[in-house]
Amino acid sequence: MDALTTHLSELGHGLVTTVELTVVTTVGAMLLGIAVATLRIAPVPLLRAIGTAYVEVLQNLPLLALLVLFVFALPTIGISFPLFTSAAIVIAAYEGAYLAEAIRAGINTVGVGQAEAARAIGLTFGQSLRHVILPQGLRAVIQPIGNICIALLMNTSLAAAVGVVELTQAANNVNLLEAQPIAVFTGAGLAYMLLALIIGQVTGLLERRLAIVR
Amino acid sequence: MVSVRGLHKWFGPLHVLKDIDLTVAAGEVVVVVGPSGSGKSTLCRCLNRLETVGQGSVEIDGEPLPAEGRALARLRADVGMVFQSFNLFGHKTVLDNITLGPTRVRRTSRTEARQQAMTLLERVGIADKADHHPAQLSGGQQQRAAIARALAMRPKVLLFDEPTSALDPEMVNEVLDVMVSLAAEGMTMIVVTHEMGFARRAADRVVFMDDGRIIESGTPDDFFAAPRTERARDFLSKILQH
Repeated sequence: MDALTTHLSELGHGLVTTVELTVVTTVGAMLLGIAVATLRIAPVPLLRAIGTAYVEVLQNLPLLALLVLFVFALPTIGISFPLFTSAAIVIAAYEGAYLAEAIRAGINTVGVGQAEAARAIGLTFGQSLRHVILPQGLRAVIQPIGNICIALLMNTSLAAAVGVVELTQAANNVNLLEAQPIAVFTGAGLAYMLLALIIGQVTGLLERRLAIVR
Repeated sequence: MVSVRGLHKWFGPLHVLKDIDLTVAAGEVVVVVGPSGSGKSTLCRCLNRLETVGQGSVEIDGEPLPAEGRALARLRADVGMVFQSFNLFGHKTVLDNITLGPTRVRRTSRTEARQQAMTLLERVGIADKADHHPAQLSGGQQQRAAIARALAMRPKVLLFDEPTSALDPEMVNEVLDVMVSLAAEGMTMIVVTHEMGFARRAADRVVFMDDGRIIESGTPDDFFAAPRTERARDFLSKILQH
């Protein structure tokens, strides 16, 4: 226990970085997910192909490989970002592909009649998506989106591999000093579990609050 | 108001509309009848381009139907449509269903759109349901809300695609009554229906379709009393027997 209490400030900083990375990445991944899901149902074949290509590429590569590629390969051609930014971009891009598929599944639950009625009152494609299709499609997949957000939280620990000092890296650093892996990593694990429980609670709350009367 | 010339429509190899010519004057109520699969609904859906047109032309108020994009959206705003399965937006209250089009397409202010919506809801007799969600309404009430939603756009013409086919028998009349009063007020209407009573009461003209063609067209009195074609006689004998 001493190992945890004496290094509370390092671990605390790590936890804050993990939370920041999770929040920033979740927002980015959601926006990207909605954009890519929209591409995948667009009336223009080229846009659909772009959406499909995005999902196939990002889903079929390991996140760690993407992180390493982005952080160590891009600078060799002159593109580099701060480490936190790099990790946020890569994780958002990666989780965005998974969110896009969940959102597309949600959109598919909305009946064709809803889109037809939206078009019949003169809404454009974008307007019917925004006011009619997405509000109903997203409600149908709140739970899977929550699951992906939890997976995203866990995946932020991979940022440790490219030098971001988030919770896992902070725990690792503390353990190198104290050599008490059980205490240190159990403590870090409990913190992750707490964060995941919070995401789960928020998901459940949203699902109850936004339920469509049927 | 509506002018259809030489309209053809194919679903793959299936030729569902064959050389349709139809002109509907402003204020006219045209009822389209015919056996199922005769192309009535497809014709109706071609008029606001929910179905693409294979060949031929459709003009609304002198304007050819644009192929896609914003111009098509603008034109659709002027052509109201009432569906067989209501298609009210499930996540919105009845009032919000009605104000969505006016506020987003016509840029009417929210307060004005709400007032207008309440007037329309009173008119169709469900003002007390304004804050309910569609699923909390009966079928007849949902369809009346859908008619109010279409009317809120102040359309030049209203299309009805079998508006009472999904309703329990005791709810059919509450919807038909609204439609009859609209017809009496001079709304231009094209109604695909199996309700021959409505055709008798409210139609200026009955159009009989079979196998993708318009076979016969005339006043309700003439059509029901003395159909000119064998196919129309056959159809009427089947549906009027009981």
